[in-house]
Parts: sequence; C-alpha cells; structure tokens
Amino acid sequence: MAELKVNLCGIEMDNPIIPASGTFGYGYEFAELYDINILGTFSFKGTTKEPRFGNPTPRIAECTAGMINAVGLQNPGVEKVISEELPKLKACFHKPVMANVSGFSVEDYAYTCEKLNACPEIGWFEVNVSCPNVHGGGMSFGTSPEAAAEVTRAVKKVTTKPVLIKLSPNVTDIVSIAKACEEAGADGISLINTMLGMRIDLRTRRPVIANKMGGFSGSAIFPVAVRMVYHVAQAVKIPVVGMGGVTTAEDVIEMMLAGATAVQVGAANLVDPFACKKIIEDLPAAMEKYRMTSLREIIGGIQ
Amino acid sequence: MKQGMFTIAENTPLTQSVYRMRLAGDTTAITSPGQFVNIKLDGYYLRRPISVCDCVSGELTLLYKVVGHGTEVMSRMTAGQQLDLLTGLGNGYDLSKSGARPLLLGGGVGVPPRYMLAKELIAQGKQVTVILGFNKKDEVFYEEEFRALGAEVRVATADGSYGTKGFVTDAMQDVAYTHFYTCGPEPMLKAVYKATTTSGQFSFEERMGCGFGACMGCSCKTITGNKRICKEGPVLVKEDILWQN
Ligand SMILES: Cc1cc2nc3c(=O)[nH]c(=O)nc-3n(C[C@H](O)[C@H](O)[C@H](O)COP(=O)(O)OP(=O)(O)OC[C@H]3O[C@@H](n4cnc5c(N)ncnc54)[C@H](O)[C@@H]3O)c2cc1C
Ligand SMILES: Cc1cc2nc3c(=O)[nH]c(=O)nc-3n(C[C@H](O)[C@H](O)[C@H](O)COP(=O)(O)O)c2cc1C
Ligand code: FES
Repeated sequence: MAELKVNLCGIEMDNPIIPASGTFGYGYEFAELYDINILGTFSFKGTTKEPRFGNPTPRIAECTAGMINAVGLQNPGVEKVISEELPKLKACFHKPVMANVSGFSVEDYAYTCEKLNACPEIGWFEVNVSCPNVHGGGMSFGTSPEAAAEVTRAVKKVTTKPVLIKLSPNVTDIVSIAKACEEAGADGISLINTMLGMRIDLRTRRPVIANKMGGFSGSAIFPVAVRMVYHVAQAVKIPVVGMGGVTTAEDVIEMMLAGATAVQVGAANLVDPFACKKIIEDLPAAMEKYRMTSLREIIGGIQ
Repeated sequence: MKQGMFTIAENTPLTQSVYRMRLAGDTTAITSPGQFVNIKLDGYYLRRPISVCDCVSGELTLLYKVVGHGTEVMSRMTAGQQLDLLTGLGNGYDLSKSGARPLLLGGGVGVPPRYMLAKELIAQGKQVTVILGFNKKDEVFYEEEFRALGAEVRVATADGSYGTKGFVTDAMQDVAYTHFYTCGPEPMLKAVYKATTTSGQFSFEERMGCGFGACMGCSCKTITGNKRICKEGPVLVKEDILWQN
C-alpha cells in the first residue's frame, strides 16, 4: 500500500497535493467537477485588505509549455471573503484550507491575516510576498530579506496558525530571503511564485498583456522550481512547499526528492480541471514504479 | 461543465479562412445558445474558446476562423481525429427576453452563435431577423443556412460587394424588433449599442486562462459589478455594459 500522508507544519494531510493560489478560486468551481475533499488541501485566491479588480485585460498570454498571467490579485477583499466565499468553500471542502494573503504594506498583511485568523476553516497562512503583478506592491517585499522578514514578523504577531511565506523566484539570492523569513519566525516556505515574463504580438507589435508583463508559469518553469526548492530546502529547517510547473505524479515525486514536504499545482488546473485528481490517482503507481512506499520518507531524499 | 473526447465528423472550409467542424461526443452539458467550448490542441498550452454554432444530441457544430497557430492546426485536422473539449461553458443567451420579433446581429466570427439561437427562437414561433456583417463578398458564410431555418436574412459588407454597403447597423434601419442579440468585434458591438432602441444581449470575447471561472483572467467591469466573461458571460445584457474605452 502506497502511503501518501504527509504532515505540514503540524497538520496531517491525506496527500501532499495542493492546488496553487489563483488557479482554484475558492474551490467551488472545481467541486462541481469532482469531490475536492480528495485533495491534501488547497490554497485559495490571493486575498487582500480591500477588494481589487486587478489589472486591465488582456491579462493572459499563452507561451510554449506555459502561460503568463497579469490578473493582479482580483479578489473581493477580506471582508467579503469571510462573509461570502468561506461559507461557500465550507459547503464543499471539509479540511483545513490554506489562506493565501497579499498586501501592499506591512499593515495590510497584518490586517488581513488577523481577520482570517479567526476563521476555523483556515489551517495555514500562505503569505505571498512575491506577486510580480502589482506595481510597487508585493514585489518589493519578496526581493529583500529585510522586508520579507518584516512581513513575517508582523503576520506571526497576529496569527495563531502556521505561517508559510511564499517566495518570488525573481531575485538574485532566494536562499537569503528564505533564511531571513525562517529567522523571523516563519513556520514554512512555499515557492516558487511566477517568473516575470512578457510576450509581443507580431501582428500589432504590442505586448499581448495590457500591463505589458506578467507572471510566467506552467510546465516550462518546472526545472527552475526544482532547483530553487532544492537550494532553499537545503538551507532551512522549516518545511518547504514546492511548486512551479508541476503537472504529473512524477513531477510531484521529483519536487519531494528536492526537499518539498507538500507540492502545489497551479496552471495545470486551468488547462485540465481534473489535473490534481489525476495526479492523486496516479501517485500510487508512480511510487511503485520507483519502489517508494511512503511519500513522507522521500522528502529531501535526493542523493 | 463537462470534459470529454469528441471525434471529428467533418472539417470543411466555408470561405478562404472560415471552417466548419462537426464533432461527435457527449453534448449534454451544453444547455443554451451562446455558450462556448474550450478546445485542447496538441502542442499548445491553453485551450481555444469557440462558440457553439449548433448542437443536436451528440453532434456539435463549430465555425472558426483561422487567425493564429491553434486555429491553423484545427484547419488541418481530418475526420476521425479526436479532440479534448470542455463543454457547457458560459451563461448563454436568455431566450425568454426575445419578444415576438427578435433581431440577431452578427459580424464575422460573431455569426456562428447566432445559428443555434435563431433555430431555437424560430422553434418557439418567433419572427426572427438575422443581419450578418462581413468585410467583403467572398467572406460571406451561412446566409443560406439561416434562410433555411426560416429567418429573414440580410447581409451587409463593409466594401459593398454584397448586400447592403456598410455595417450591420446600416442594414437594420427599417427593421421592427422587440429585442436583439449580437456578437462580433468590439467596434461593431459599440455601434449596435448606439443604434439599438430596445434592450438586448451582447456576447463578448476575452483572452482566457481556463474558460470555467477559476483564474480571473477574463474579468470585466459591469454596472452590476465585476464579471468573468467565461462564467457570468460571455453574454451581458445591454443595461449592464460599461465600455472601458
Ligand atoms: C467566448 C468566445 C467565443 C469565441 N467563438 C469563436 C467562434 O465561434 N469562432 C471563431 O472563429 N472564433 C471564436 N472566438 C475567438 C477564438 O477563441 C480565437 O480566434 C482563437 O482562440 C485564436 O486561436 P489561435 O491559436 O488561432 O490564435 P493565436 O493568436 O495563436 O492564439 C494565442 C492565444 O491567444 C488566444 N486568443 C487569440 N485570439 C483570441 C480571441 N479573439 N479571443 C480569445 N482568445 C484569443 C488563443 O486562445 C491563445 O490562447 C471566440 C472567443 C471567445 C472568448
Ligand atoms: C492565473 C494565476 C493566478 C495566480 N494568482 C496567485 C495569487 O493570487 N497568489 C499567489 O500567491 N500566487 C498566485 N499565482 C501563482 C501560483 O500560485 C503558482 O505559484 C505559480 O503559478 C507557479 O505554479 P504553476 O507553474 O504550477 O502555475 C497565480 C498563478 C496563476 C497562473
Ligand atoms: S478564463 Fe479563467 S476565469 Fe475566465
């Protein structure tokens, strides 16, 4: 029997599969398609203090083996997330959920996390210090160890649940940022967010994305993500959640060997709404193929 | 929404760049005209959204224009090949608002979703007028198909090489209508918005990440709040529209 269970920051998960923030809404769109309680958990759409429409459209561009998004954190704001989205989420998902939070100041992060901390549905916080879409916003926190540590401290102060800090790959030294977050009290690190990218329409000679650039993700970024997860997992003692381009059960195993305790799946959900279900179903056979009996035991198992 | 494999039954050119594809598969998720499907193509990351042109138990008809890489791949596919489709996407048109004399206006690839709509309205005993807009004569398609349904059909071409010279709005001057349904390029939609005197329904396009409401890639602002073109759209009622520019 393949053992899929893992423990993330003290919370037991049936399996390590977590749909990534921004690709799974608040869960209920997917609950129409399959029972989402088969998931380890999921990370809900990046939530901010105030409601946001996000960036102008077009805000999606196709790439070879991936896509660029410049959604810009569209969400109804923390008040409405609590009053409208969480009740709907709760109706279809009965496990602790991961609350993805973004902000434009340290106070924003603290405010939003404090509000959400009171919600029993929430198991973990995933604090996005890395969204590349918002000018002068998330980007700056994720690019400096000091700023990332400051956000970590502020969020830790107002929360009682495990706090994961979600890092941007668009930095020169991701390890130093991860370590700064660990020292500031983070309970885990999740990475990677999208990579800054751009496409130009040859017919109009204009950027495809209204905002010119956006976050590149999808299977093309998988090797970059594995490398970063590996480096960060080697450097910190807290658990690491790996993501970036994960599409198959074998990708999950590779991420875990690199050091991930749990694995998120993002863009793959958008092209195949059953992606996470298939990965969970495929895991036992993939584990058997590589003679693995327990996923917990392969975390950081790279030789 | 459903995901399913469809088998191509036919894929034929109607004009130099517009093709008709007939597919066989599970169409039970398709509930109203104006909805779309999202097509996975080998070698391309994102799916391609295409409107449902017609749908009768297990058979789906799409009309698509070759504009880029994906539609070019589609144009080279042949009967017997299979495609992975998400079906039953979007809200579709509200037929109950049509009144006795609905007017259907379609420009270019905005024409296809009008077909199933006209068919269903005519089946309800409505007196349907269809105005189709194209650039020039050799781009005209589906005029006879609409006529065969029993609709009154008018054609407008921008260069005047066929039918009324000008846009669909130039061909609607003397039409008496109770409600309208339209789809086409944005300049056409804006012209229809200005030229019409009744309430009506507009179908919009946007770049999509998923097509089923998960990514927020396709959002637009409306009078009644933010909407996802793929989920609360692609059909918006006239009173709800907020033009962005
Ligand atoms: C709801 C909806 C219904 C549609 N119905 C039809 C139809 O019935 N017939 C038809 O011919 N076309 C229709 N379109 C437009 C059609 O989706 C695009 O022409 C097609 O995606 C182009 O793909 P491509 O690979 O050839 O172009 P490329 O330019 O190579 O595509 C690159 C990317 O941009 C996207 N894209 C390009 N143009 C558009 C566009 N106009 N709208 C949305 N995404 C676009 C593609 O999906 C792809 O992800 C519809 C679009 C939407 C949103
Ligand atoms: C459409 C879209 C929206 C996203 N929104 C968020 C978000 O709100 N918050 C966040 O932390 N990450 C967001 N991300 C990043 C993903 O959660 C993930 O980190 C990234 O896409 C890499 O994984 P992938 O290659 O599997 O997509 C978004 C990604 C996509 C594609
Ligand atoms: S395309 Fe993803 S929400 Fe509309």
